[in-house]
Amino acid sequence: MSDMIDVDGKQYAVDEEGYLANLNEWVPGIAGVMAKQDNLELTDEHWDIINFLREYYEEYQIAPAVRVLTKAVGKKLGKEKGNSKYLYSLFPYGPAKQACRFAGLPKPTGCV
Amino acid sequence: MSEIVKKFMYVNRKAPYGTIYAWESLEVVLVGAAFDQDVSVVFIDDGVYQLTKGQDTKAIGMKNFSPTYRTLGDYEVKKVYVDQASLAARGLTQDDLVEIAWEDMETEEEVENIVEVIDSAHLSALMNESDVIFSF
Amino acid sequence: MSILHTINKSPFERNSLESCLKFATEGAAVLLFEDGIYAALTGTSVEAQMNGALETLKIHVLGPDLKARGFNEDRVIAGINIVDYADFVDLAAASDTVQAWL
Repeated sequence: MSDMIDVDGKQYAVDEEGYLANLNEWVPGIAGVMAKQDNLELTDEHWDIINFLREYYEEYQIAPAVRVLTKAVGKKLGKEKGNSKYLYSLFPYGPAKQACRFAGLPKPTGCV
Repeated sequence: MSEIVKKFMYVNRKAPYGTIYAWESLEVVLVGAAFDQDVSVVFIDDGVYQLTKGQDTKAIGMKNFSPTYRTLGDYEVKKVYVDQASLAARGLTQDDLVEIAWEDMETEEEVENIVEVIDSAHLSALMNESDVIFSF
Repeated sequence: MSILHTINKSPFERNSLESCLKFATEGAAVLLFEDGIYAALTGTSVEAQMNGALETLKIHVLGPDLKARGFNEDRVIAGINIVDYADFVDLAAASDTVQAWL
């Protein structure tokens, strides 16, 4: 049994940890609804990371662990964003786990 | 971070897709990378087929995890070894294999391709030096 | 460092034995069990290879797996040591690490 979330009147299945069941179904509105459930308002800075994660998944076929994300963000978006303090300020529940969930990706590989 | 760094070696001897070994191994390597050990990933026998370029699984309905090997560098794996004889026996050369880059963000040290083709004697010696071997 | 190499596949079905012998270095131990025991028998096409390997490696075969498949010590290549489950555990414990040739 999976749970459903409602985005603009459409139902999307999520797993028991809240990750989207089918990543091909993802639409940006899903991130917004998930963020609201976590009491977050998505800003451009959040979207930079969410989009980055989706590109990372598209290229490498995995959701990166937090320190891999940090490193990769630093490489792509600059060192001032590639540090865990900045990323945690955006995603307090864990930049990899929470941002991956918003991005419709599976739980990161290598998060222990 | 653990105080004592151990030498972990992952030995891959199965081709991808036909069995689950290759993907399972890769997942274990990526999860294990969180423990900051000295990791080497080795490809022997049909394991060398895991690294071939140009894999496209769309028509068989399976996840193509070939691109994922290229994240090994991001996961701080710096040693990837391929058995020369296994490659040669399959009519392959290093040109047929994916390249995996590695970069240290702090020092900006860069290695364009960490995939190293080595002979069996060299691999044996590395195996003998390992503290733990994971076999797939 | 000493490695215990284990082989549980028939040498006629897979190249586990061949690869193991390629990578095992002098003084290493090899344990044949499950379908790997067929490599320990006399009269096979891998017997010469096994005799060559015995010059540098200590080779063991698991007795219960031998017996289960209808063979006894009379059919085991001279120099290969027949062990039981307790010996298997001792072998593993005495080694620094184990490489399983699946």
